[in-house]
Amino acid sequence: MTLTRRALGATALAVPLTLAAGACSRSAVDPAQAATTRGAIRIWVSNNEQELAWGEAVTAAWNAEHPDEQVTLQEVPAGASSEEAISAAIVAGTTADLVFNASPAALPDWVRAGGLVDLTTFEGGREHIESRTGQRARDYAEDGGQGGYYQLPWKSNPVMVMFNKEIFAAAGIDPGSPGMDTFETFLEGSRQIVSSGASASAVWPAPTSDFYQPWFDFYPMYLAQTHGTLLVEDDATTFDSPDGLAVAELWRAMYEEGLAPREESTDDAMTMGTTAMQLAGPWAIATYKDQLDYGFMPVPSADGIAPEETITFADSKNVAMFSSSRNRLTAWEFLSFATSEEWDGKLLELSGQMPLRTDLLATYPDYFAEHPDYTSFADQADRVADVPYLSGAIEIWQRFRDEFSASAIFGKKSVADGLHDAAEQIDQLVQKGAR
Amino acid sequence: MITPDTAPPLRPPTSPLRRLLGKQPLGLGLSLPYIVFLAAVMAYPLAYAVYISFFDYVFTAPGMDMDHPFVGLENYRTALTDPRVLQSFGNIAVFLVINVPLTVILSMGFASALNAVTRWAGAFRVAFYVPYVTASVSLIGVWMLLFSQDGLVNTILGPLAPDPSWLVNDALAMPSIALYVTWKQLGFYILLYLAALQNVPKELYESASTDGAGILQRFRHITVPGLRATTMLVLILSIITGANLFTEPYLLTSGGGPDGASTSPVLMIYQKGIQQGNPDVASAIGVLLVIGVGLLSLASTRLTKES
Repeated sequence: MTLTRRALGATALAVPLTLAAGACSRSAVDPAQAATTRGAIRIWVSNNEQELAWGEAVTAAWNAEHPDEQVTLQEVPAGASSEEAISAAIVAGTTADLVFNASPAALPDWVRAGGLVDLTTFEGGREHIESRTGQRARDYAEDGGQGGYYQLPWKSNPVMVMFNKEIFAAAGIDPGSPGMDTFETFLEGSRQIVSSGASASAVWPAPTSDFYQPWFDFYPMYLAQTHGTLLVEDDATTFDSPDGLAVAELWRAMYEEGLAPREESTDDAMTMGTTAMQLAGPWAIATYKDQLDYGFMPVPSADGIAPEETITFADSKNVAMFSSSRNRLTAWEFLSFATSEEWDGKLLELSGQMPLRTDLLATYPDYFAEHPDYTSFADQADRVADVPYLSGAIEIWQRFRDEFSASAIFGKKSVADGLHDAAEQIDQLVQKGAR
Repeated sequence: MITPDTAPPLRPPTSPLRRLLGKQPLGLGLSLPYIVFLAAVMAYPLAYAVYISFFDYVFTAPGMDMDHPFVGLENYRTALTDPRVLQSFGNIAVFLVINVPLTVILSMGFASALNAVTRWAGAFRVAFYVPYVTASVSLIGVWMLLFSQDGLVNTILGPLAPDPSWLVNDALAMPSIALYVTWKQLGFYILLYLAALQNVPKELYESASTDGAGILQRFRHITVPGLRATTMLVLILSIITGANLFTEPYLLTSGGGPDGASTSPVLMIYQKGIQQGNPDVASAIGVLLVIGVGLLSLASTRLTKES
């Protein structure tokens, strides 16, 4: 090959590379201009039937009054979890203006990536958030609760223990008063369910390695046991402790004795009757109301805590505004509209999920009078705790899950070692700002 | 005396453009779209991944100005000291040790058998090819039902069923995936071998038969050497596709379970790069994987090269 032809080959490669690089360059929005601009916006909501119905209703109501600021509703892009799809969209600059389904675990990283807008930069932003949610809103703010809000705490799904009344009755457990509020009685009841043949398993949480699975096995019980201590507080882990050990030992026993299967269910175990209990939020009522006779009880703790004092996992989903928004004033006004008392009530009515508002029972007395199933969740909604507000939270939860899997689920090491190893790794990540 | 003409032959005058484009400018034009495609879809991302792996890098939104300091080999150190990453490379080694030889042996054997079949040959070929063209997600659903604790396989095995069951058993999870992938991909490799078998001269088999060679001897001394080039291709392709394993551990063993026993390097890249927002470490793992696959492919080329 002559030199000229080499040069031609290099050029042939360099040109498309440059073009590719150019194609990947992304245009940014001028934040000062966007903050005062009105116009059409897009919103993302979860793809479940109830939330879509709410989204359609709220956008229709808004659009009827705002012909020049139309809101387009879209389902949040599909992915293994919506957080992954949203993360990718933030980098590409293709996000909608608002998302009504953001996990608080992912939000700090989106802030770090410059993907979100501080809602306190809008007039009345802080007041709207704090008057709606109360003091708890501070858990979702920057700088230990003193800084800006890059998310509006929207709704919670307080986790409780859902049980199949028929299976309980068949196992000789009183469905009206199961009496399984301590770890010992929970374990004993679980043994009774399986040994009686009433069900193949007592409880069947997904034993998979997904970072969010601790939210539906270890974490609700840990919050109950510790009266609401978060996984990480004051830049240090809290779970390498007698309380953490007590919760992990319970799960170890459940898995070791076959009361909780180590294999993921290939179908819905509650519907199929292959398990008697699951840790779930109020969303489960809409899902199972026509399929089984269910009851709910608070998550257990080592010595038992009165239901009115039990704290559980909030499993909240929040609203965030993306920095790709070019019409931020409209986005903010729509956000305020959609989280008003009226539209929070509509969300409750259509989805059964609890708006993150103060005193739900007094705000929507008619709804809870008509739907007594949801009352225990509304009551529980005042006593919830969420994931800690941490940069790199997903990596932190993944490390925890890996060690929990190795120790409590698959028994490869003691739970004490598992918790200790997880604490050591997570403390390092927290010290490094999860980098 | 006639002296030989030692003067150089006359060459037609060439323009600079002609020299630049070579003797076949049309060929260059025809291959340009593919060069563009390769550069945009393969070369650019690969080069960018190598670049990222040497910096403290996070993905940011458009307009976000963030420093990405050069960190040298730090991301490689982080990757190589992470037990989960090392475990994933170990897992993929187990996968390749099972999958690659099985793929070569079974696809060559089945292709030879199919080549000899005269009745229903088309139906047999389609039967082997169907798993390859079927979406992995749906096939994995079937395998989960077959190999779950209460699945058909364990029901048939009865007391011989492994405990813990296949997909949640440390020792069996990766071999189960390797078997699944071998079965799924087999049709494609059989097709490659079938095409190659058409080029092995029939006369060789006839003369070997005349000389008294049996089926096994003909297979060993004619078929295997005759398919050497295809075997090299099958080896390289199965190493590359195997090393890039993702869907199966992601779905069949629920994210690389049990306890990471079936995590693959690509699954780690996905977790670290996409889920956890650490594209720098994920890129380092990717570069290590590319190097490993390159070395293995080189070794298999040497192994199957004719002397």
